[in-house]
Amino acid sequence: MLRNRVLLLLAIAGFAGALGLPFLTHAANRLVSGMPIGLMAILEERPVWAGALLPPVALLLVAPFLSPRTAVHALVGLAAASLLLLLPLVAGIAAGRLAAAAPPMARTSLGGGFWCAGLAASLALADALSRLRASPAAAALCTAVVVVALGVLLRSGALNGLAVVREYAARQDVLATAVIRHVGLVVGALVPSVLLGVLLGVRAAQRRGFGAALFLNVVQTVPSIALFGLLLAPLSGLAHLFPRLGELGIGGVGVVPAGIALALYALLPIARGAAEGLGNVSPAALEAGRGLGMSERQLLWRIAMPLALPVMLAGLRVATIQAVGLAAVAALIGAGGLGAIMFQGLFADALDLVLLGVVPIVLLALIVDALFRIGIARTQRVPR
Amino acid sequence: MIELERISRRYESTVAVDDVTLSIAEGEFCVLIGSSGAGKSTVLKMINRLVPPSSGRIRIDGADTARLAVEALRRRMGYVIQSIGLFPHWTVARNIGTVPELLGWPRARRRERAAELLDLFKLPPGEFLDRYPHQLSIGQQQRIGIARALAADPAILLMDEPFGALDPITRETLQAEIAQIRRASRKTVVFVTHDMDEALRLGSRIAVMDNGRLVQVDAPLAIVAAPANDFVRELIGRDDLGLKLLSLDRVASRLRRGETAPGDAIGDTLTLRQALSRMIADGKDRLPVADAEGRALGAIHLADLLRR
Repeated sequence: MLRNRVLLLLAIAGFAGALGLPFLTHAANRLVSGMPIGLMAILEERPVWAGALLPPVALLLVAPFLSPRTAVHALVGLAAASLLLLLPLVAGIAAGRLAAAAPPMARTSLGGGFWCAGLAASLALADALSRLRASPAAAALCTAVVVVALGVLLRSGALNGLAVVREYAARQDVLATAVIRHVGLVVGALVPSVLLGVLLGVRAAQRRGFGAALFLNVVQTVPSIALFGLLLAPLSGLAHLFPRLGELGIGGVGVVPAGIALALYALLPIARGAAEGLGNVSPAALEAGRGLGMSERQLLWRIAMPLALPVMLAGLRVATIQAVGLAAVAALIGAGGLGAIMFQGLFADALDLVLLGVVPIVLLALIVDALFRIGIARTQRVPR
Repeated sequence: MIELERISRRYESTVAVDDVTLSIAEGEFCVLIGSSGAGKSTVLKMINRLVPPSSGRIRIDGADTARLAVEALRRRMGYVIQSIGLFPHWTVARNIGTVPELLGWPRARRRERAAELLDLFKLPPGEFLDRYPHQLSIGQQQRIGIARALAADPAILLMDEPFGALDPITRETLQAEIAQIRRASRKTVVFVTHDMDEALRLGSRIAVMDNGRLVQVDAPLAIVAAPANDFVRELIGRDDLGLKLLSLDRVASRLRRGETAPGDAIGDTLTLRQALSRMIADGKDRLPVADAEGRALGAIHLADLLRR
């Protein structure tokens, strides 16, 4: 009997995708389009890998029909995690063999089949973790183990035949600078956002129908590219009027307008989280605090803020993840960061270079998400 | 001494409190009673300035409260509310120590005081000091709420329907505890309720409010014996008026010393109402009376209960 529809769907989609779509594409150079190579062809050549892939795949296809016990979920998680390591390993080794027999300009890229199977395996892992009721910290630990193992794989040289790894090797320094720039952009945008957002949230909680919420909603509906464009004119005008500002880096393009736009986008989730968290604080606790002689400031800092913290952090979590993603777009107005690498790849039609920009963004988002989940769980430990 | 001098509270179209003058002496247990919306809670909240009066003056020990710093004023008065309002993220010890913390007492002294108050409510400090409010029953939570109000030993205790959310048995226990605490400390208590039994049981004086106005202010016995109007009469309840009168006095006051009677003895601190109940249950018209240690004191007769 079917017990887990989600897992069955994932297993079938991953299985069909891995076999039906090209697992790798091999091209003589970056400019020509690649020749598809299927997973079956790779496995026929090296049957030992078929033997390695078979047990986890079989388990994922059978598990949806087993009774939902902890052991089953744990096995599913283990199988999905091992697939997340086996798939790149198989791709890397096949690419290495292709590279050995091809000219140095030849490139082997990951194909749709790989991504399909990889995505299905990651979702199966997430599903297993949620069914195991893993705490945020435990889930983060599991994900970290998989990511670290992938890093070890990368270091070992087993993946060196893949084009994306070659791009990485060639641009390690650029990548490191881009990551720092990206994180700097996000943090720089969030600091003023948090200060202003919490202030607005406190105001909104004190006075019902505070108009600022409306204004923030309007900002949110402006597409990010358009907002960058809107900031271009006034800021370059300012720099023109006051050359000193231009020397400080304030102008139509660059880090400052990008930071302002990111801060504006982050403002709504932060302010809304603060207003909602503060609005939900028990009125009895507030009346008691006031009646016992707390000043409004003491009431806010000692009672309202700590009680609102989990909801406020939830808002900050959304804002931060959103800023990590939006900061990529900011590369279009010269703010640099991982988006710069991504767009460079897009304009040069080098998909592996795009990946080199995107993968760290995804990893950053995952890290932010895990950290906030752990933080929220900790502040919630005292129930209301 | 709390003096309310012609205080009123008007909202846009309604008058919550209408020209109330009342003076509450030191050590008095003054109960404000009335139906909901009568303005009794508003009067209480005007004393600690949670609600500012629209007109009139409130003086405490002769000083106009409007001229005092509001936080300092509130820290001098204990405040207990029906919805309890413990701080859910603080331990019992920190909750009780709220006002001492605001007053800057050192940590060790706050904890010592919290333990002392837990003892007063027969909650073992070792077990309760470091618990969180959600780990307590409602009755225990309100005990902590009262302990928090008493922490800095205020001369005045304001209680806004403190036992309204409790089940009848817990309510009675807490009533007994608060009565005992007051007898021991001689604090001035202002107590809001809509329950006449509670008012008669606890109050040394009862102020009846209706539609924002004071209708009658009197000792419990006088309220029951001579209600000022139909509203007060209705509040007391006609059907068990006699029983209410009996519950205001104790066996000791009608005792026939030295006399004996057959059967199990009753305590001399029971109310006359409880004595009557025992007579009916046992089918007897007289009962022996003993003190707390079980020494025979005398007897009480059914006829003694009928005397006014």
